[in-house]
Amino acid sequence: MTELPASTAKKLGLVIDLDTCVGCHACVVSCKGWNTENYGAPLSDQNAYSGAASGTFLNRVHSYEVQPPILKDEPAPAAQLIHFPKSCLHCDDAPCVTVCPTGASYKRSEDGIVLVNEQDCIGCGLCAWACPYGARELDAKEGVMKKCTLCVDRIYNENLPEEDRQPACVRTCPSNARHFGDLADPESDVSILVAERGGFDLMPEQGTKPTNKYLPPRPKDVEPEYDILAPYLAPVASEGKGFVNWLDKALSALPGGAK
Amino acid sequence: MHPAPSVIIFTTFSGLGFGLLFWLGIGMPAPTGWLAFVYFVLAYLGAVGGLLASTFHLGHPERALKAFSQWKTSWLSREGICAVATLLIMALYGAGLVFFGTAIKPLGWLGAIGALLTVFTTSMIYAQLKTVPRWKHWTTPALFLLLSLAGGALLSGNVGIALPLLVLAGALQAVAWVHGDGRFLASGTTMKSATGLGDIGEVRAFEPPHTGTNYLMREFIHEVGRKHALQLRIIALGLGFVLPVLVLLLLTFNLVVAVIAVLSHVAGVLTLRWLFFAQAEHVVGLYYGKR
Repeated sequence: MTELPASTAKKLGLVIDLDTCVGCHACVVSCKGWNTENYGAPLSDQNAYSGAASGTFLNRVHSYEVQPPILKDEPAPAAQLIHFPKSCLHCDDAPCVTVCPTGASYKRSEDGIVLVNEQDCIGCGLCAWACPYGARELDAKEGVMKKCTLCVDRIYNENLPEEDRQPACVRTCPSNARHFGDLADPESDVSILVAERGGFDLMPEQGTKPTNKYLPPRPKDVEPEYDILAPYLAPVASEGKGFVNWLDKALSALPGGAK
Repeated sequence: MHPAPSVIIFTTFSGLGFGLLFWLGIGMPAPTGWLAFVYFVLAYLGAVGGLLASTFHLGHPERALKAFSQWKTSWLSREGICAVATLLIMALYGAGLVFFGTAIKPLGWLGAIGALLTVFTTSMIYAQLKTVPRWKHWTTPALFLLLSLAGGALLSGNVGIALPLLVLAGALQAVAWVHGDGRFLASGTTMKSATGLGDIGEVRAFEPPHTGTNYLMREFIHEVGRKHALQLRIIALGLGFVLPVLVLLLLTFNLVVAVIAVLSHVAGVLTLRWLFFAQAEHVVGLYYGKR
């Protein structure tokens, strides 16, 4: 049913740290891998080996350049490069769910995960139109809407070792920039992280109330400009000796010679 | 937004078809026999043909029946129900006119209301989307309804009604364009709010997530098509409204004049519908530094 649940017992979601993400795209690859080999239609590629390659991804990493304001009288601050992973935010007020004409899109009342029942999806694409974040992509091969499942087939999977029961992107991230947990529980690690680091919503004005939160990049240190190696690199012998010294002086003595 | 031919054809012709069904339903005109047959074939060609065209952009058209189930929340589902109900009711009303020469008036009125509801629900599919600020406005349903009524009046030969409706629709279209041009900025959604990085400084898209293109960019980012927007707006107004009105006012009404007016109007509506999609900017483009 495409009616949203009034409330959900849990709010499972991701907290993404824009300070530590190094933009390696490992989450993109592991997401594509897991979600191609497991639940639902595989994530297809079109013309994968040509110049016009295109494919379905549930998680993509953008990169932004942010230029802090240049103030008078101060040296211009360096621009920052911020890598920005983006996947479904599992919104509380998910507009993608209510527009679905078939009931294929739904939000689970037990944990708040937004899913697509691929057997019911007619591939009209309206849910992707309704999503402000670009979290949904219509698979060109299967003709059904694909989106992040929060690896629902991993997080509850008792066939996997305990440490693997988290989304593939979180498990694989080498810089610990992705965190998974229950954002409805104020005591959870992710909730504490959000509170301490000032986690924020994407496009809050769209009124979607996303579950996933982003942690802002920490302010960059400003250090005085000095070179810690300079004292060790000072020339130890200013006067040369022997033949090379004689040659140096002799050449300098010639008309136009360098001193 | 990508101006998909299937959706442009669907909204244009089903709008015309349901507009014609509205005027037939309220008995303006109430033809019988073969003449009624011709009118109804014309209306159903538009309405059903448009609906069929819209199924071409579905990934799984064979599951289309499931789309009638979510009328509680989904405008697309409501549209499907309204369209099918209207077509069934008007088929009965039409059969009365064609085969028995009688107008079953309550059925006609019900069908007329259904035709308007269908066009309204179609327009709300677009007008509900907060992600496309140009569409999320009262002018979207108002324009869809007015265009459908004007086109239907033209097709049904109600010249006296078609003239003021065409003038009104043209004027409202101009208002919708001018007002719509500022709505993306007015929506308050920017690269800063999209990335949340605005507190640090000016945000610029440095690198997209992929080397090629993707579904999102194909579907939602259509910058190229907007180049000739102004010229196309003038063409759409000229063909859709000015020419039909002039032709109907200045020439004595006959079949040829009517066909010229209708064809010109249809060409104009197709053009403005193309612009409706091509000029609509989805907020997801901001993540790509585009609109």
